Amino acid sequence: MLSFVARRLLIAIPTLWAIITVCFFLMRAAPGGPFDGEAPVPPEILANLRAAYHLDKPVMQQYISYIADLAHGNFGPSFKYKDFTVTELIAQGFPISAQNGLSAILLAIFIGVPFGILAALRQNSASDYSIMGVAMTGIVVPSFVMAPILILIFAIGLKDTPFQLPAGTWEGGAIKHRILPVFCLSLVYIAYLARITRASMIEALRQNYVRTARAKGLPFRQVVVRHALKTALVPVVTFLGPGIAFLLTGSMVIETIFQLPGIGRYFVQGALNRDYTLVMGVTILSASLIILMNIVVDVVYGFLDPRVRYD
Amino acid sequence: MPILDIRNLNVRFATQDGEVSAVNDVSLSVEKGECLGIVGESGSGKSQTFMAAMGLLAANGRANGEILFDGANLVGASEDAFNTVRGNRMSMIFQDPMTSLTPHMKIGRQLAEVLVHHRGASVVEARIQSLAMLKRVQIPEAERRLDMYPHELSGGLRQRVMIAMALLCSPEVIIADEPTTALDVTVQAQILDIIHDVKERLKTAVVLITHDLGVVAGLADRVAVMYAGRIVEVGDVGSIFSDPRHPYTKGLLACTPRLDDARQGIMTTIQGQPPNLQRLPSGCSFHPRCSYAAERCANERPALEIYGQGRARACFKDLKAA
Ligand SMILES: Nc1ncnc2c1ncn2[C@@H]1O[C@H](COP(=O)(O)OP(=O)(O)OP(=O)(O)O)[C@@H](O)[C@H]1O
Ligand SMILES: [Mg+2]
Repeated sequence: MLSFVARRLLIAIPTLWAIITVCFFLMRAAPGGPFDGEAPVPPEILANLRAAYHLDKPVMQQYISYIADLAHGNFGPSFKYKDFTVTELIAQGFPISAQNGLSAILLAIFIGVPFGILAALRQNSASDYSIMGVAMTGIVVPSFVMAPILILIFAIGLKDTPFQLPAGTWEGGAIKHRILPVFCLSLVYIAYLARITRASMIEALRQNYVRTARAKGLPFRQVVVRHALKTALVPVVTFLGPGIAFLLTGSMVIETIFQLPGIGRYFVQGALNRDYTLVMGVTILSASLIILMNIVVDVVYGFLDPRVRYD
Repeated sequence: MPILDIRNLNVRFATQDGEVSAVNDVSLSVEKGECLGIVGESGSGKSQTFMAAMGLLAANGRANGEILFDGANLVGASEDAFNTVRGNRMSMIFQDPMTSLTPHMKIGRQLAEVLVHHRGASVVEARIQSLAMLKRVQIPEAERRLDMYPHELSGGLRQRVMIAMALLCSPEVIIADEPTTALDVTVQAQILDIIHDVKERLKTAVVLITHDLGVVAGLADRVAVMYAGRIVEVGDVGSIFSDPRHPYTKGLLACTPRLDDARQGIMTTIQGQPPNLQRLPSGCSFHPRCSYAAERCANERPALEIYGQGRARACFKDLKAA
């Protein structure tokens, strides 16, 4: 298995390089540039700025020196946040996004999976329909609608009660200030996980070996946990792999609404500002995470099903 | 007293386009040490009759009537009540050994959990007994197999594991639902030998469900022939084979290729299709396919009549030995 992981990591290098290359040239091909502000900049200053950031060189040369810098772990200076390097921006924001994302994922797993199992075991009952109804709502209501509603309820409606929760403040990440954003982040994932788990558990319970387990006289709880659950978790893991990668890199919507100093907003702002290096930085980060999570998913498959081979 | 006594059993499935009558008014019994063969075409209700006895009907299925196991009625029993019987006093072996074992659990654990659950055995004890049972069903290198996953075993070995699993608690009844259908011919014979041995040595009652009349001839003491969810003929193996008294049984026997048959190479079939269980024909369900059918057969259903030496048939026509 170690050699499997090593091989996958090696293959990841050309994959990342391809992503970097495509992204680099796409950014340069997009009209406009990092210094097109609302007020036009005098041509001499613009020329100076472009020279300072090496934008006056041919694109191919810029690309080669960018790759060379990357090889030394240097992501370059941000074009918009003038006093920061991209590495600094990510180092500040990523831990915050990642902590919130991780909390949201754990919350989603601990709520979504059990409810999905419950719905499957009570298929077509009132509890099944209510769980799936709530889950459907969680999926169709976008977070930019859900977040303000939750703020209305918990920050404003319940003001001066013990249930009041702060919103739009960070205060260095005190637990209380994280509850609403983390909950908002996890809602969609709770909903998806509940639906996926329900479907896969229903499928697992139809397997012949579950019938065998029941024919052995085992209590139903044991049949579900020992014989059906592992099979049912395969699609859950498939979903969680990329899901975790997305959550760890933050959400533009949630971080903007709740004023969180994460990196989610860099994805959109960076692209709008043509902050070439920042966009490259967050792209490389999220691409690496997705590649990594895919490897993790493949390894976990092996734990769920011994028929999976690593060669 | 028979160990398993099924009386007037009906099994119905609710489906979107109406009710399916899978088992209709079936009465059957098995004594200790006896092997009862159940034969009939696909869909004739063989499996569902005994799925009802194991409490394993699909969620849309309902059983009616009586299933007396050692005198206690299992129809309508709770899951907990079934769980004291299943895998313990009554076991079932299924048709498809390739998919009937849990793929992510080692063989040893799948066997041991039966003993841990029903006998309160310790894990070590359970492993020792499981190993002994694997040896009893002649699994080579049994010790090594305990730590293997099902996919590492051939179909024949997996079916032996299933049999071993069914035998662990020395059940009084074993239901083998087409235990050899999915296996190749040489392996079939070995599996049937093991079942024969179980019946002879452990005096376990065996219910053997099969399409294959050859299998029944070799193993069963008595045979029940099912058609469209009903028993059409029942009797001891010798007389059913030599002297079938129901046109359907006669047809089935004629379909079985025989080496000693003068008309070698000519395969007979029963004309027509098995009936739709949602719209059973009026009268005798077999009459549309029966070459002896008379007007009465379309209007009236023949009852299962006893006519001597433990034989019974459901037919108006008095077929004599041919
Ligand atoms: N859950 C279900 N819903 C509806 N119909 C069902 C259900 N389960 C079984 N049946 C029907 O019940 C009938 C009897 O099935 P059964 O499995 O007893 O047949 P069988 O005699 O064992 O046939 P085979 O030789 O193919 O195993 C079949 O027509 C089948 O389609
Ligand atoms: Mg069957």
